[in-house]
Amino acid sequence: MSNSEEHHGHSAKHYVKIYWILLAMLGVSIVGPEIGIKWLTLITAFGIALVKAWMVCAYFMHLNIEKKIAWYTLAATLLLLLVFFTGVAPDVMKPEGQNWKSLYHEQTREEWDAEYDAAHHGDDHGDDHGDGGH
Amino acid sequence: MSQAPIATSRSASGIPTARLAVWWVLASEIVIFGGLIMCYLMFRLHHESWAYEAEATKTAAGAFNTFVLLTSSLFVVLAHNAAEKKDTVKAVRYIWYTIFGGFVFMAVKAYEYTSEISHGYTMFKSVFWSFYYLATGLHGFHVVCGMFIMWMISRDVKKGKNLHRVEAIGIYWHFVDVVWIFLFPLLYIAK
Repeated sequence: MSNSEEHHGHSAKHYVKIYWILLAMLGVSIVGPEIGIKWLTLITAFGIALVKAWMVCAYFMHLNIEKKIAWYTLAATLLLLLVFFTGVAPDVMKPEGQNWKSLYHEQTREEWDAEYDAAHHGDDHGDDHGDGGH
Repeated sequence: MSQAPIATSRSASGIPTARLAVWWVLASEIVIFGGLIMCYLMFRLHHESWAYEAEATKTAAGAFNTFVLLTSSLFVVLAHNAAEKKDTVKAVRYIWYTIFGGFVFMAVKAYEYTSEISHGYTMFKSVFWSFYYLATGLHGFHVVCGMFIMWMISRDVKKGKNLHRVEAIGIYWHFVDVVWIFLFPLLYIAK
Protein backbone atom coordinates (compact mmCIF):
# COMPACT_ATOMS: atom_id res chain seq x y z
CA MET A 1 0.00 0.00 0.00
CA SER A 2 1.43 3.35 -0.93
CA ASN A 3 1.90 6.16 1.48
CA SER A 4 -0.98 8.22 0.12
CA GLU A 5 -3.32 5.25 -0.08
CA GLU A 6 -2.80 4.54 3.60
CA HIS A 7 -4.02 7.97 4.57
CA HIS A 8 -6.96 8.39 2.21
CA GLY A 9 -9.46 8.02 5.04
CA HIS A 10 -8.25 11.22 6.76
CA SER A 11 -9.62 14.55 5.65
CA ALA A 12 -8.76 18.02 6.93
CA LYS A 13 -12.13 18.03 8.72
CA HIS A 14 -11.17 14.88 10.62
CA TYR A 15 -7.94 16.49 11.87
CA VAL A 16 -9.73 19.67 12.93
CA LYS A 17 -12.24 17.55 14.89
CA ILE A 18 -9.39 15.77 16.71
CA TYR A 19 -7.83 19.18 17.42
CA TRP A 20 -11.00 20.49 19.10
CA ILE A 21 -11.20 17.36 21.25
CA LEU A 22 -7.55 17.89 22.27
CA LEU A 23 -8.28 21.54 23.18
CA ALA A 24 -11.30 20.50 25.25
CA MET A 25 -9.13 18.01 27.12
CA LEU A 26 -6.49 20.70 27.66
CA GLY A 27 -9.20 22.84 29.27
CA VAL A 28 -10.21 20.00 31.61
CA SER A 29 -6.57 19.30 32.52
CA ILE A 30 -6.15 22.96 33.59
CA VAL A 31 -9.46 23.37 35.45
CA GLY A 32 -9.52 19.93 37.16
CA PRO A 33 -6.43 20.41 39.37
CA GLU A 34 -7.71 23.87 40.46
CA ILE A 35 -10.44 22.13 42.47
CA GLY A 36 -7.70 20.82 44.77
CA ILE A 37 -8.76 17.18 45.19
CA LYS A 38 -5.71 14.92 44.84
CA TRP A 39 -7.32 12.02 42.95
CA LEU A 40 -9.11 14.45 40.64
CA THR A 41 -5.79 16.19 39.92
CA LEU A 42 -4.19 12.86 39.06
CA ILE A 43 -7.01 11.93 36.69
CA THR A 44 -7.48 15.34 35.05
CA ALA A 45 -3.78 16.22 34.75
CA PHE A 46 -2.03 12.91 34.14
CA GLY A 47 -4.89 10.69 32.96
CA ILE A 48 -5.90 13.25 30.35
CA ALA A 49 -2.24 13.79 29.37
CA LEU A 50 -2.07 10.08 28.54
CA VAL A 51 -5.26 10.26 26.45
CA LYS A 52 -4.06 13.43 24.67
CA ALA A 53 -0.68 11.81 23.90
CA TRP A 54 -2.45 8.70 22.60
CA MET A 55 -4.73 10.79 20.35
CA VAL A 56 -1.80 12.74 18.89
CA CYS A 57 0.13 9.49 18.29
CA ALA A 58 -2.84 7.64 16.81
CA TYR A 59 -4.48 10.32 14.66
CA PHE A 60 -1.80 12.92 13.90
CA MET A 61 1.20 10.59 13.71
CA HIS A 62 -1.04 7.94 12.10
CA LEU A 63 0.20 5.18 14.38
CA ASN A 64 -3.33 3.71 14.24
CA ILE A 65 -2.73 2.71 10.62
CA GLU A 66 1.06 2.24 10.78
CA LYS A 67 2.73 -1.16 10.33
CA LYS A 68 3.17 -3.14 13.54
CA ILE A 69 6.99 -2.96 13.31
CA ALA A 70 6.83 0.74 14.25
CA TRP A 71 4.73 -0.10 17.30
CA TYR A 72 7.19 -2.80 18.36
CA THR A 73 10.14 -0.44 17.97
CA LEU A 74 8.54 2.23 20.14
CA ALA A 75 7.17 -0.28 22.66
CA ALA A 76 10.65 -1.79 23.11
CA THR A 77 12.00 1.60 24.24
CA LEU A 78 9.10 2.02 26.68
CA LEU A 79 9.99 -1.39 28.11
CA LEU A 80 13.59 -0.17 28.55
CA LEU A 81 12.25 2.77 30.56
CA LEU A 82 10.36 0.39 32.80
CA VAL A 83 13.56 -1.61 33.38
CA PHE A 84 15.37 1.65 34.18
CA PHE A 85 12.72 2.76 36.67
CA THR A 86 12.45 -0.58 38.49
CA GLY A 87 16.25 -0.88 38.63
CA VAL A 88 16.99 2.61 39.93
CA ALA A 89 13.92 3.54 41.99
CA PRO A 90 14.70 1.23 44.96
CA ASP A 91 17.90 3.22 45.58
CA VAL A 92 16.83 6.73 44.57
CA MET A 93 13.59 6.62 46.52
CA LYS A 94 15.20 5.56 49.82
CA PRO A 95 16.79 8.06 52.23
CA GLU A 96 19.51 5.60 53.33
CA GLY A 97 21.02 2.21 52.58
CA GLN A 98 23.43 -0.22 54.28
CA ASN A 99 26.54 1.89 53.71
CA TRP A 100 25.18 5.26 52.66
CA LYS A 101 22.86 8.03 53.69
CA SER A 102 21.35 10.69 51.42
CA LEU A 103 22.57 14.20 52.30
CA TYR A 104 19.74 15.80 50.32
CA HIS A 105 18.15 18.54 52.41
CA GLU A 106 14.38 18.42 52.17
CA GLN A 107 13.04 21.97 52.32
CA THR A 108 10.08 22.45 54.65
CA ARG A 109 6.97 24.40 53.67
CA GLU A 110 8.00 27.26 55.99
CA GLU A 111 11.51 27.44 54.53
CA TRP A 112 10.08 27.50 51.02
CA ASP A 113 7.52 30.21 51.86
CA ALA A 114 10.21 32.40 53.43
CA GLU A 115 12.44 31.93 50.39
CA TYR A 116 9.56 32.63 47.99
CA ASP A 117 8.68 35.85 49.81
CA ALA A 118 12.32 36.96 49.79
CA ALA A 119 12.64 36.21 46.05
CA HIS A 120 9.48 38.14 45.22
CA HIS A 121 10.07 40.98 47.67
CA GLY A 122 9.67 44.27 45.86
CA ASP A 123 7.44 42.94 43.09
CA ASP A 124 4.83 45.57 42.37
CA HIS A 125 2.70 43.52 40.03
CA GLY A 126 0.63 40.63 41.29
CA ASP A 127 0.61 38.95 37.88
CA ASP A 128 4.36 38.40 37.98
CA HIS A 129 4.24 35.99 40.91
CA GLY A 130 4.01 32.57 39.30
CA ASP A 131 1.05 30.53 40.49
CA GLY A 132 2.02 29.78 44.03
CA GLY A 133 -1.19 30.91 45.61
CA HIS A 134 0.78 33.26 47.86
CA MET B 1 24.95 6.37 -14.83
CA SER B 2 23.24 7.33 -11.60
CA GLN B 3 20.81 5.22 -9.62
CA ALA B 4 18.97 5.91 -6.39
CA PRO B 5 20.64 4.09 -3.50
CA ILE B 6 18.89 0.80 -2.63
CA ALA B 7 18.32 2.04 0.92
CA THR B 8 16.02 4.79 -0.33
CA SER B 9 14.07 2.66 -2.81
CA ARG B 10 13.54 -0.66 -1.02
CA SER B 11 11.77 -1.22 2.27
CA ALA B 12 11.94 -4.64 3.91
CA SER B 13 9.58 -3.53 6.69
CA GLY B 14 6.86 -2.22 4.36
CA ILE B 15 7.32 1.28 5.79
CA PRO B 16 8.86 3.91 3.49
CA THR B 17 12.53 4.37 4.45
CA ALA B 18 12.27 8.02 5.49
CA ARG B 19 9.36 7.29 7.81
CA LEU B 20 11.08 4.22 9.25
CA ALA B 21 14.15 6.36 9.97
CA VAL B 22 11.98 8.86 11.84
CA TRP B 23 10.50 6.05 13.95
CA TRP B 24 14.04 4.99 14.88
CA VAL B 25 14.95 8.55 15.80
CA LEU B 26 11.83 8.79 17.94
CA ALA B 27 12.63 5.46 19.61
CA SER B 28 15.94 6.97 20.78
CA GLU B 29 14.18 10.19 21.78
CA ILE B 30 11.73 8.21 23.92
CA VAL B 31 14.69 6.87 25.89
CA ILE B 32 16.14 10.38 26.35
CA PHE B 33 12.94 12.19 27.37
CA GLY B 34 11.43 9.12 29.02
CA GLY B 35 14.58 8.68 31.12
CA LEU B 36 14.33 12.32 32.22
CA ILE B 37 10.66 11.97 33.10
CA MET B 38 11.33 8.72 35.02
CA CYS B 39 14.04 10.53 37.04
CA TYR B 40 11.59 13.35 37.73
CA LEU B 41 8.93 10.91 38.94
CA MET B 42 11.39 9.17 41.28
CA PHE B 43 12.38 12.46 42.92
CA ARG B 44 8.91 14.00 42.86
CA LEU B 45 7.28 11.00 44.56
CA HIS B 46 10.00 10.95 47.22
CA HIS B 47 10.43 14.69 47.91
CA GLU B 48 7.38 16.71 48.91
CA SER B 49 9.38 19.95 48.54
CA TRP B 50 9.30 19.55 44.75
CA ALA B 51 5.59 20.36 44.91
CA TYR B 52 6.37 23.71 46.61
CA GLU B 53 9.07 24.50 44.07
CA ALA B 54 6.67 23.86 41.19
CA GLU B 55 4.47 26.63 42.60
CA ALA B 56 6.85 29.20 41.12
CA THR B 57 6.21 28.04 37.54
CA LYS B 58 3.56 29.91 35.55
CA THR B 59 0.61 27.64 34.72
CA ALA B 60 -0.95 30.17 32.34
CA ALA B 61 2.25 30.35 30.26
CA GLY B 62 2.57 26.55 30.22
CA ALA B 63 -1.08 26.13 29.23
CA PHE B 64 -0.75 28.72 26.46
CA ASN B 65 2.32 26.91 25.13
CA THR B 66 0.41 23.61 25.16
CA PHE B 67 -2.29 25.32 23.10
CA VAL B 68 0.36 26.68 20.70
CA LEU B 69 1.98 23.25 20.21
CA LEU B 70 -1.37 21.49 19.72
CA THR B 71 -2.29 24.13 17.13
CA SER B 72 1.06 23.78 15.36
CA SER B 73 0.53 19.99 15.36
CA LEU B 74 -2.77 20.56 13.55
CA PHE B 75 -1.01 22.79 11.00
CA VAL B 76 1.71 20.27 10.27
CA VAL B 77 -0.77 17.42 9.81
CA LEU B 78 -2.74 19.69 7.44
CA ALA B 79 0.53 20.37 5.59
CA HIS B 80 1.00 16.60 5.25
CA ASN B 81 -2.58 16.26 4.02
CA ALA B 82 -1.97 18.99 1.42
CA ALA B 83 1.36 17.44 0.36
CA GLU B 84 -0.39 14.10 -0.26
CA LYS B 85 -2.80 15.91 -2.58
CA LYS B 86 0.23 17.54 -4.27
CA ASP B 87 -1.08 20.96 -3.23
CA THR B 88 2.35 22.46 -2.64
CA VAL B 89 1.14 26.03 -2.06
CA LYS B 90 -1.10 24.95 0.80
CA ALA B 91 1.55 22.59 2.18
CA VAL B 92 4.17 25.37 2.31
CA ARG B 93 1.68 27.73 3.92
CA TYR B 94 0.84 25.25 6.68
CA ILE B 95 4.53 24.46 7.23
CA TRP B 96 5.17 28.17 7.81
CA TYR B 97 2.22 28.40 10.20
CA THR B 98 3.87 25.55 12.13
CA ILE B 99 7.23 27.34 12.15
CA PHE B 100 5.46 30.45 13.45
CA GLY B 101 3.95 28.30 16.23
CA GLY B 102 7.47 27.25 17.15
CA PHE B 103 8.54 30.91 17.34
CA VAL B 104 5.62 31.76 19.63
CA PHE B 105 6.41 28.77 21.85
CA MET B 106 10.06 29.83 22.20
CA ALA B 107 9.09 33.48 22.85
CA VAL B 108 6.82 32.42 25.73
CA LYS B 109 9.56 30.15 27.05
CA ALA B 110 12.05 33.03 26.90
CA TYR B 111 9.62 35.22 28.88
CA GLU B 112 9.24 32.45 31.48
CA TYR B 113 13.01 31.89 31.80
CA THR B 114 13.61 35.63 32.18
CA SER B 115 11.02 35.96 34.90
CA GLU B 116 12.20 32.85 36.77
CA ILE B 117 15.90 33.74 36.61
CA SER B 118 15.20 37.33 37.73
CA HIS B 119 13.52 35.88 40.84
CA GLY B 120 16.53 33.69 41.63
CA TYR B 121 15.20 30.41 40.24
CA THR B 122 18.31 29.52 38.28
CA MET B 123 19.30 26.01 37.26
CA PHE B 124 21.73 25.87 40.22
CA LYS B 125 19.11 26.71 42.86
CA SER B 126 17.94 23.14 43.49
CA VAL B 127 17.53 19.75 41.86
CA PHE B 128 13.98 20.68 40.83
CA TRP B 129 15.15 23.75 38.94
CA SER B 130 18.07 21.84 37.40
CA PHE B 131 15.52 19.36 36.10
CA TYR B 132 13.18 22.13 34.95
CA TYR B 133 15.84 23.85 32.86
CA LEU B 134 17.30 20.60 31.53
CA ALA B 135 13.93 19.16 30.45
CA THR B 136 12.43 22.37 29.04
CA GLY B 137 15.77 23.43 27.51
CA LEU B 138 16.24 20.09 25.76
CA HIS B 139 12.63 20.23 24.59
CA GLY B 140 13.13 23.81 23.35
CA PHE B 141 16.23 22.67 21.45
CA HIS B 142 14.09 20.04 19.70
CA VAL B 143 11.52 22.73 18.82
CA VAL B 144 14.24 24.90 17.26
CA CYS B 145 15.68 21.91 15.34
CA GLY B 146 12.19 21.08 14.06
CA MET B 147 11.66 24.66 12.90
CA PHE B 148 14.99 24.65 11.06
CA ILE B 149 14.29 21.30 9.35
CA MET B 150 10.80 22.51 8.37
CA TRP B 151 12.31 25.62 6.81
CA MET B 152 14.64 23.42 4.74
CA ILE B 153 11.79 21.10 3.72
CA SER B 154 9.54 24.04 2.78
CA ARG B 155 12.13 25.15 0.20
CA ASP B 156 11.92 21.73 -1.50
CA VAL B 157 8.14 21.55 -1.25
CA LYS B 158 7.86 24.96 -2.91
CA LYS B 159 9.63 23.41 -5.93
CA GLY B 160 7.39 20.33 -5.77
CA LYS B 161 10.28 18.10 -4.63
CA ASN B 162 10.49 15.53 -1.80
CA LEU B 163 6.89 15.93 -0.66
CA HIS B 164 7.15 12.75 1.45
CA ARG B 165 9.44 14.65 3.83
CA VAL B 166 6.47 16.71 5.04
CA GLU B 167 5.11 13.57 6.70
CA ALA B 168 8.54 12.74 8.20
CA ILE B 169 8.98 16.15 9.83
CA GLY B 170 5.33 16.08 10.86
CA ILE B 171 5.83 12.85 12.83
CA TYR B 172 8.86 14.42 14.55
CA TRP B 173 6.90 17.60 15.39
CA HIS B 174 4.01 15.60 16.86
CA PHE B 175 6.50 13.78 19.07
CA VAL B 176 7.82 17.13 20.35
CA ASP B 177 4.18 17.99 21.10
CA VAL B 178 3.68 14.67 22.96
CA VAL B 179 6.75 15.33 25.13
CA TRP B 180 5.31 18.73 26.09
CA ILE B 181 1.94 17.12 26.86
CA PHE B 182 3.75 15.20 29.63
CA LEU B 183 6.08 18.01 30.77
CA PHE B 184 3.17 20.42 31.21
CA PRO B 185 1.34 18.56 34.04
CA LEU B 186 4.63 17.47 35.64
CA LEU B 187 6.15 20.95 35.88
CA TYR B 188 3.17 23.31 35.89
CA ILE B 189 0.17 21.48 37.33
CA ALA B 190 1.39 18.99 39.96
CA LYS B 191 1.79 21.47 42.83
